[in-house]
Amino acid sequence: MATQSMNLTLKIWRQKSRDAKGSLVTYKVSGINEHMSFLEMLDVLNEDLLRKGEEPVTFDHDCREGICGTCSLYINGRPHGPARITTCQLHMRTFKDGDTIVIEPWRAAAFPIVKDLMVDRSAFDRIIQSGGFVSVNTGSARDANEIPIGKEVADEAFNSATCIGCGACVAACKNASAMLFVGAKVSQLAMLPQGKPEAKRRAEAMVAQMDAEGFGACTNTMACVAECPKSISMANIVQLNREFIGAKLTSNNV
Amino acid sequence: MDINLDSKIPEGPLAEKWTKHKFSLKLVNPANKRKYDIIVVGSGLAGASAAASLAELGYNVKIFTYHDSPRRAHSIAAQGGINAAKNYQNDGDSVYRLFYDTLKGGDFRAREGNVHRLAEVSVNIIDQCVAQGVPFAREYGGLLANRSFGGAQVSRTFYARGQTGQQLLLGAYSALSRQISAGKVKLYNRSEMMDLVLVDGQAKGIVTRHLITGAIESHAGHAVLLCTGGYGNVFFLSTNAMNCNVTAAWRAHKRGALFANPCFTQIHPTCIPVSGDYQSKLTLMSESLRNDGRVWVPKTKEGAQQIRESKKLPTDLKEEERDYFLERKYPSFGNLAPRDISSRSAKVMCDEGLGVGQTGLAVYLDFADAIKRDGQPAIAARYGNLFDMYETITGENPYQQPMRIYPAVHYTMGGLWVDYNLMTNVPGCFALGEANFSDHGANRLGASALMQGLADGYFVVPYTLGDYLVSTGSAKLANDGPEFKQAEQDVKDRIATILAIKGTRTVDEIHRDLGLTMWDYCGMSRTKEGLEHAREHIQKLKKDFWSNVKVVGTDKEMNQTLEKALRLADFIELGALMIEDALDRNESCGGHFREEYQTPDGEADRNDEAYAYVAAWQYTGENNPEVLVKEQLKFENLKPSKRSYK
Repeated sequence: MATQSMNLTLKIWRQKSRDAKGSLVTYKVSGINEHMSFLEMLDVLNEDLLRKGEEPVTFDHDCREGICGTCSLYINGRPHGPARITTCQLHMRTFKDGDTIVIEPWRAAAFPIVKDLMVDRSAFDRIIQSGGFVSVNTGSARDANEIPIGKEVADEAFNSATCIGCGACVAACKNASAMLFVGAKVSQLAMLPQGKPEAKRRAEAMVAQMDAEGFGACTNTMACVAECPKSISMANIVQLNREFIGAKLTSNNV
Repeated sequence: MDINLDSKIPEGPLAEKWTKHKFSLKLVNPANKRKYDIIVVGSGLAGASAAASLAELGYNVKIFTYHDSPRRAHSIAAQGGINAAKNYQNDGDSVYRLFYDTLKGGDFRAREGNVHRLAEVSVNIIDQCVAQGVPFAREYGGLLANRSFGGAQVSRTFYARGQTGQQLLLGAYSALSRQISAGKVKLYNRSEMMDLVLVDGQAKGIVTRHLITGAIESHAGHAVLLCTGGYGNVFFLSTNAMNCNVTAAWRAHKRGALFANPCFTQIHPTCIPVSGDYQSKLTLMSESLRNDGRVWVPKTKEGAQQIRESKKLPTDLKEEERDYFLERKYPSFGNLAPRDISSRSAKVMCDEGLGVGQTGLAVYLDFADAIKRDGQPAIAARYGNLFDMYETITGENPYQQPMRIYPAVHYTMGGLWVDYNLMTNVPGCFALGEANFSDHGANRLGASALMQGLADGYFVVPYTLGDYLVSTGSAKLANDGPEFKQAEQDVKDRIATILAIKGTRTVDEIHRDLGLTMWDYCGMSRTKEGLEHAREHIQKLKKDFWSNVKVVGTDKEMNQTLEKALRLADFIELGALMIEDALDRNESCGGHFREEYQTPDGEADRNDEAYAYVAAWQYTGENNPEVLVKEQLKFENLKPSKRSYK
């Protein structure tokens, strides 16, 4: 089976720093192998730029196996590109010789640009810090099998727990809402007996922090669900709404 | 400087050592804990669990990560599971059996005391993680599920689909986040440790570079915990994440901390093979696949050649035309033979011209029999995400044709030398998780890395750190003393030197060159001749780097090329030390296979009389050879036996 080799035109967002003005810059790359990952294609570009003495394109990436959530490219108008996988798992066989590919960073007020295609997602960390945990100190846990959890509940909680915190949901949303991200964590912990005692406080605190960070409101367009590389479902947003309203009605914690 | 290494393994019966030791350790008064500042470098399983646990105790913790978020640490990529001697399956497991398997699996190159403690606290880890809400796999009755993993004869592995590492890390990250919001931990993200600072011979802080602004900063603390992972990226291609590096550990090494068993690296048998020179990293397919997959190559060279040339498909070969070589060579363990053995067997097959795939550097992992036996839905339920991942990367459907796999660098058993308290020989500098050398000997068993990272962070260092702190006192520390200023200046000079070279070879070019040299001569099998050749080549590479590396941009901004260059400079020096270590060890054990030392049937020929020691290397100055300091291993409970999986 002969391997396809492609020539591509890339339009890439270049921005020197957070406050600098940015713009799309056009680059040509040639001899791209169809088995390369998308990020390896960018590696090829960056090596070319470097040899010419130009600054390589800055982009976030780390594990390159679809689990760490670091990579974050907006490709041809979609977060992580045309398939529901992370950017690092996108391979060049998805594209054709002669294609033009537009590559931008995540766009959201709560995710300011650091440089070129790299953004600052520490708002997500602050949301988790506001309540995305079970308050249990090391050493005070009882035997693991003393907390039986039915397989169906455990599986559902697991589905929510698979969120990798990449931010594609925010990038996909016209309002830059973080409801899917917050919903996944609130749902995971609300479903499990370990998380129930703090469920109300958690829902209120995380929503308050989400708002404080400047994420937009959810208008149920479900663009987030369509783009999530880990298939986090709309049920998480529904559950978040239910948890939040329930908490507001009955508590004054936050 | 003569160093006498004291492992500080407590006296007394094996099973009582840790209990007695905990009692003998000095405690810090609860009201005094807040007077101590603890620096934790790295936010993976070891770092996050240590930072959270120490903050819960009342210490002030500063945690540093070069990632944008602590949740990105590469612990997240571990797939298969975490071992614990819970014996929930009633299949004969016990703390002693986990201890035995781990020590034997490590080819008797680890300390009995450390390994037994690891097995003891393994059970607490599972309790802790479940309490945090980690969604481990469960049975219909609601209790935890287990599977057998990585050559174990019992089912002691807890797992969370194929993403156990991610779920455990998110558990530790949530505990860490809770302490950040409580104000007990301060998080420094996108900050990379550049040097360790010693004051009067004790570790009292670190110098960091802020990756966005380039600012060089000093941070003082009463102790420094290095939880910075392994150094597999010295091979350029590995299953490590792109940013994994040795710099923190290496800088500590250059400040006096001994580096132990650097040549002990683990080559994982089930990775997706290299597809071209553009390759940036390798992807692991969880070892759990070997529970149901059968490993084979064509029986004849002709058969292999026809497959390589796409004249035949693997499914065209009949049973009698296939060699299920692991089942043939190791009938009692079969496809579940430990990693070092499985990897080397695959290499031997490919070296004999029996490899498959376009490059001939691959063997098959075949699920056809399992699918016939259990049905495709059952196989999909077990491994669905792994099969999907394989198809995404290779474009081939593993339900219809066997996976192609080949070994790849995965984990490093070597690391900073630490005593039983996890402290290096530099007082106040601790090393946890993969960054230390302590528990896996010459080969790590599957599902033991997560166990060790969390054991060190949750259940060991919270006890042992206090004992050191009591001895050093809680006086407030300044971060602007002459030692800090000097270390900052050293870092700035190093950066300026690299930027001023303006050469013609890119960082990745030199790194690939280093990686290929390490893989060819210090990888799955090693010879004296090859290692000596590599030794020379690495000296050339070092010269090449410092005279001809090309880095553009400045140091006052986000500059990923500069980051890579700084890390590569340390990898080159580490590579040189790995070669020396491999040359010193004239035996074969675990991941270290010297071709000169093998049995007639090609198995590792270990030499306990001469080499039952930890090789701890001491840095003695820029162009001086490193000095070997030996810590003799004592086996009081288990007599080192020949490791046979036949």
